[in-house]
Amino acid sequence: MIDLLRTLRAPFLSVLGALAIGAVLMLATGHDPLEAYAAMASGALAGRNFSNLAATLARATPIVGMGLAAAIAFRAGFFNLGGEGQLVLGGLAAAVVALTSPFPAPVTLLASIVAAAAAGGMYAWLAAFFQIRFEVPLLISTLLLNYPAQSFGSYLTNHPLRDVPSGMAQTETLPAAVELPALVAGGRLHWGVLIVLALALVIAFLVSRSVGGYHARVAGLNVQFLKYGGIDTDKLGYRVMFLSGAVAGIIGSIQVLAVHHRFIDGSLTQPLYAWTGLMVALLARSRPLGVLVGGIFFAAVQTGGFGMERATDVPREISIVIQALIILLVAARTRFEFGKTAGAGGAA
Amino acid sequence: MTDFLSLFDAALFNSVFRFVTPVLLAALGGALCERAGVFNIGLEGLMLTGAFAAVVGSFFGGSAIMGVLLAVLAGAAMAALFSLFVVTLRANDIVVGIGINILSVGLTMFLLRAIFDVGGAFQDPAINGLSRVNLPFVASIPVLGPLISGHTWIVYGSWMIAVGAFFMLFKQAVGLRLRGVGENSEAAATLGVKVSKYRHAVLILSGVLCGLAGAQLSLGNVTLFVDGMSAGRGWIAVVAVMLGRAHPLGVVAASFLFGFTDALGFRLQGLEFPSQFTESLPYLVTLGSLFVFSAYRRRQRRKLMS
Repeated sequence: MIDLLRTLRAPFLSVLGALAIGAVLMLATGHDPLEAYAAMASGALAGRNFSNLAATLARATPIVGMGLAAAIAFRAGFFNLGGEGQLVLGGLAAAVVALTSPFPAPVTLLASIVAAAAAGGMYAWLAAFFQIRFEVPLLISTLLLNYPAQSFGSYLTNHPLRDVPSGMAQTETLPAAVELPALVAGGRLHWGVLIVLALALVIAFLVSRSVGGYHARVAGLNVQFLKYGGIDTDKLGYRVMFLSGAVAGIIGSIQVLAVHHRFIDGSLTQPLYAWTGLMVALLARSRPLGVLVGGIFFAAVQTGGFGMERATDVPREISIVIQALIILLVAARTRFEFGKTAGAGGAA
Repeated sequence: MTDFLSLFDAALFNSVFRFVTPVLLAALGGALCERAGVFNIGLEGLMLTGAFAAVVGSFFGGSAIMGVLLAVLAGAAMAALFSLFVVTLRANDIVVGIGINILSVGLTMFLLRAIFDVGGAFQDPAINGLSRVNLPFVASIPVLGPLISGHTWIVYGSWMIAVGAFFMLFKQAVGLRLRGVGENSEAAATLGVKVSKYRHAVLILSGVLCGLAGAQLSLGNVTLFVDGMSAGRGWIAVVAVMLGRAHPLGVVAASFLFGFTDALGFRLQGLEFPSQFTESLPYLVTLGSLFVFSAYRRRQRRKLMS
């Protein structure tokens, strides 16, 4: 219990500090912070029939998912900054399979998710390959790979797969039967929420109880020790990165199959899901269950931001500012072990 | 083939200088940090902050100079924050770099709406862009003249800063101490060099340079601000630091490579290439250059061992 309180102290103080700085920023731009934060809380949690809470949980789904994707890689000492690209490719793969598959709907649905995992996983694997085979720093390669993936999605939705009558950069609507249905008819929560929840539990189990998870954890702490023990660390790196990208890809497919029912250009990148998830992974120090809690919290800050904007005129982008401040303050109080291992790919 | 060759005309080479400058300035800042032993991946955010502040300063101050001044101040302030966390509080530089980048994205979006009440982009005739400088004598040289003349003073300033950084690092005592801080901070401290003072100084200097880079983006290349307009150039600058081995002249060469592909991509767009392909060209070339660089480094290492 004391231990738990001690680990929670840094995140808790950071949140308070960030909210305080956010309040100063609101005062400086002529807004009342108390009123704004009250509107934020109600925007995140209240609403008729708790509709805002449902919105928060729906938004938490991709954030927690991308947090898990980042955490898998971080925990093993690999700084995967390419979540955005892996997410987009996953979404694209799911949409393409759903639009073209000749199979019955349930098979197609499964195939789309598997294709998304494969696309995201392969893209992340590519960065691991560059690092292990060619010593191209993973931190940089994953980041740079985000841009071509986004452009590719933009190209497909503008040219070959464009839904021309809609006049927007998006694919046609997926067949109605190929979707992850809502949990309650007409509600905002869908089967994707359960998939992410299951992913969090499975990853938590794998990390703490499986041999591979143990190797990954040790790799994050001291990769030399693992090599000395005769473990093939290259193989581990490929697996970890593939898994990290595969989770990101699945999240892309969930957004496409459950929320948008088509691939819309920019719909996965504009809400900064990947970067928010990455911050959550840092906040939770890559603990899967911590990512779950942190992801819901960050989602609450964001949906709260929308409510705040409606009620008080404070631009909702303040939520991004508050989230970034939380990460900076956490960084000041936590020792991160990145950069000491081969996978971090720090300065050349 | 003739079509392809016709791309390489004066207009292309002229635009190269515009595209090079933001990357070059940020990369010079990054190189100084690298020399002092700080890995600065916040260049992207610092540049974005500068680009936004430049538009604010120009709009309210009524002149491009005020814009540049505010850009430099804002870049320095954001870098001071980076420095506070990394140097004073000894936080992890990669985590803080990511934090600074996201903070810059959020803060510029927030302030854009809080100050101008618009979202996404801000363009107004009241924003004064940087004027083009026509160099006397140079402008009248055939062929070369139109290439080199007619840029903003930040473009010319960036070349002087590169030369200045070279002399400071390798010909001055202060540069020697700075490199000492990076190569062996304990030894430098033993000799009485204030390590953290040097690191604070280079980080803030990198903020100033990124501020200039941002001003060139939002007041030089165009005269407007768009959310996220740094568009990965700060990350390309991080790669330029690696490729140039944190040597000012190496950084100049690397930045020109990237500026050239940027300009070429922009040019290809005019030729009915899908813009999505030409947009990703700089990132792919950057990635490709990292392969060449690491292959070269491995061969050198093998030579050393044999």
